[in-house]
Amino acid sequence: MSTQAHAEAVAPRRRTKRPLSTYVVPGIGLTLVALVVAWLLVNLFKDWSTFLQLTFTGLTRGSLYALVALGYTLVYGILELINFAHGDVFMIGGMIAATFAIQVFDLGSNPSLSTLIPVVLVALAAAMIGCAVLNATIERVAYKPLRGAPRLVPLITAIGVSFIIENVAFVWKGPRPVSLPPNTLPTSAVFTIGTCPNCATYRWDQFFVIAVTVPVLLGLVYLVRYTRRGKAMRATAQDKDAAAMMGIDVNRTISFTFLVAGALAGAAGVIFAFYETTIQYNTGFTLGLIAFTAAVLGGIGNLAGAVLGGLLIGFIQDYNEGLSWHAPGSAWTNSIVFGILILILVFRPQGLLGEQTPEGS
Amino acid sequence: MSSRRSGGRVYNGLWRLLEGIGLKNARTRWESQPPWLQRAVPPLVIAAIVIGVAWASGVTPDSGAIGLLVICYALYLLPRRIRRYAIPGTILALAILYPLLIQQTNYQRFLFTVPVFNSFPTIDTMVLIAVFAMMAVGLNMVVGYAGLLDLGYVAFYALGAYTAAWLASPHAEPIGGNFVLGGVGIPEGVGGIHVSIWIVLLAAAIVTAFGGIVIGLPTLRLRGDYLAIVTLGFGEIVAEVARNGDKETLGFDLTGGPPGINPIDPPGFGVWLSTHLGLPANFLEKSGTYINFTSLFYWSALGLLLITIFCSIRLRDSRLGRAWIAIREDEVAAAAMGIPLMRTKTWAYASGAFFGGVAGAWYGSFKQGVFPDDFYFGISVFILSMVILGGMGNVWGVVAGAAFLTYLNFEGLANISQWFNTHVLPCNAISQDPGKVVSGGCVNAPLVSTGIYGAIIVGVMLLRPEGIIPERRRQLEFETGVHDEPLMDVRHAAEE
Repeated sequence: MSTQAHAEAVAPRRRTKRPLSTYVVPGIGLTLVALVVAWLLVNLFKDWSTFLQLTFTGLTRGSLYALVALGYTLVYGILELINFAHGDVFMIGGMIAATFAIQVFDLGSNPSLSTLIPVVLVALAAAMIGCAVLNATIERVAYKPLRGAPRLVPLITAIGVSFIIENVAFVWKGPRPVSLPPNTLPTSAVFTIGTCPNCATYRWDQFFVIAVTVPVLLGLVYLVRYTRRGKAMRATAQDKDAAAMMGIDVNRTISFTFLVAGALAGAAGVIFAFYETTIQYNTGFTLGLIAFTAAVLGGIGNLAGAVLGGLLIGFIQDYNEGLSWHAPGSAWTNSIVFGILILILVFRPQGLLGEQTPEGS
Repeated sequence: MSSRRSGGRVYNGLWRLLEGIGLKNARTRWESQPPWLQRAVPPLVIAAIVIGVAWASGVTPDSGAIGLLVICYALYLLPRRIRRYAIPGTILALAILYPLLIQQTNYQRFLFTVPVFNSFPTIDTMVLIAVFAMMAVGLNMVVGYAGLLDLGYVAFYALGAYTAAWLASPHAEPIGGNFVLGGVGIPEGVGGIHVSIWIVLLAAAIVTAFGGIVIGLPTLRLRGDYLAIVTLGFGEIVAEVARNGDKETLGFDLTGGPPGINPIDPPGFGVWLSTHLGLPANFLEKSGTYINFTSLFYWSALGLLLITIFCSIRLRDSRLGRAWIAIREDEVAAAAMGIPLMRTKTWAYASGAFFGGVAGAWYGSFKQGVFPDDFYFGISVFILSMVILGGMGNVWGVVAGAAFLTYLNFEGLANISQWFNTHVLPCNAISQDPGKVVSGGCVNAPLVSTGIYGAIIVGVMLLRPEGIIPERRRQLEFETGVHDEPLMDVRHAAEE
């Protein structure tokens, strides 16, 4: 409502001639986007099968990022806090999954479906519950006492918590990557497009990622849109004081949000562990930052934006790492992702789907 | 007066105990004594008890420890007016004399072994302490004064180190860059650019300050937490460029790639100054018992640190520094008072980066090379935790925090875990796996150093967000809160 009223008030002034400089920034931004699209098109025509193959892997990776990005966005939406520790909670989820797959169930390579599915389900349940509890505990211990503090204080605390969790995992699993047996998930093709070697295959392990992600996402949408708890979350995100006056227990809602975000991170961790089959104590840091970039790209605080941003970042990363024509390659992944983060914050701080925010203007 | 206020329950209990054993009116009689006596006696009583206990348990106190205590006591007795200058003066004198004390062949003659922490830090560690203290003071300008969280400070550190490598090493030889301007210690027949370290320091500082502006301009209009993430991103990008900057990945050799660039020329004053003023021509050529290249590095780093501290304090009290503090406290009010936000913030970035660059260049020449693996996010957090631990905004606190954490990182943690493994939970050192934190009953704390910094950060933030040695103004901000939500229109106000 208020934005509309604002727009009406501003509208007559818009008719006056806008200075040229107002076109410069969007102009540069659009040029950049156009260049990227052109680069993608050239690559598509040069080698369509690789392009399609990378689209499949990018979709897989992107949906993983989307799950993690949702956790950032949920917490940011409600507390305006960048939960730095979220990536590490995700990593703990992966570690829990790896523990179940290796130590508890002793999964060999190429397991049959009847042995694999129960393991995945148990690991999923354990990791989601474990990470939810972990995330809520972090909130209770580290963030809740700082509710009234200056904004940067909880952020700095979150960095500290992130380092603590990382080192806990270091003590738990050691410095080397924890590896699941190869081909834990079936890697045979679901379908193949084209005739090999000029072909693109969609594999079962990629399907597995989607098969876990989509129900989790639908569950989240249901939770936020259609339940009382979700309504309370949205109300708290909009205005904590008003929500409290309407009888919403703000503290409980915040704790619940952290539970949900933790569960998402746990699910993502399980997917990561099974799909990549290797996870290390510091995996969460980089992946968390990439997912955070995805959340900012889509518009932080916006659930659909997080999914969109996650998918986009997944595609960009895989195209960058796999395409043959003028792709910078995997050595530059971090630079590209953070470059996107910086560009987005410079050109469109509210993100692709986000609303106008103070940093947007 | 003050004793009663600060006394608390223990103090009251002590008086009740004394009155209980028959000393009538002990408290009133004590408080009627002259103030200097009231001040002088309690430490002596405590010292007597401690020494008595030590003597009873068969420990003979070291002459060095007693000397240190006597110095502390003398400082304590001085009137406040003089103490203000005497304490920094004494610390400085001890810092300057430190190489002479530690490099004694008979360690026990002046220094002593501290329980738990074992021996005093080596000079190599002291050089690193000075370097990291410089960086912490630089970061403090950004985080402490201006209130902008910078998580990518390692970028400036790297930029400074690489500038030193570009200007004082044979790196430019393959592309035909041959240029010598006061560089020392160049081997025969080696080309490349060799500029004197003192010019390199200035150049590195300017390059890095410029880098700070480049990083700052697009990002400083963002709100605090976004700014933090963007600076983090910049730090990662710089680290990645350093790692990938070789011929294979980048197309031309910028940073030498994963092996980095080495050797960097040693510092020195050159032949002319050496013959005319007696300054060392080349640090690496000195190998005396006391005056050797490590202690020369240490003294010069100490000098640079003092310059940094001086600049930092003068900047804080200048018009610019007061503008930083105003922005930190209330951005909207500051803008309303006519402070140009963007320009002031950019200056904060540039000045913070300036000293980071000096520190980075000095570190590069101390290690005689730059290696891209030295520049990672953990370093940024390491420096940030120094600032937080010491007390954001307080230069002395920051220096103390830097000294303590650097010592912990390079020696302290190893010493503490060794003490733990021999005294608290004796373990079998032979079965210890150096790659594991806990193995064979032994603890290897240095492996989890980042977790310990994390714990320090969280602990300080929860228990004492103003730091160990707080700045009074900052403390009040943490207690009463500030407006740190910039309004939408501030940016326009600043731009117009």
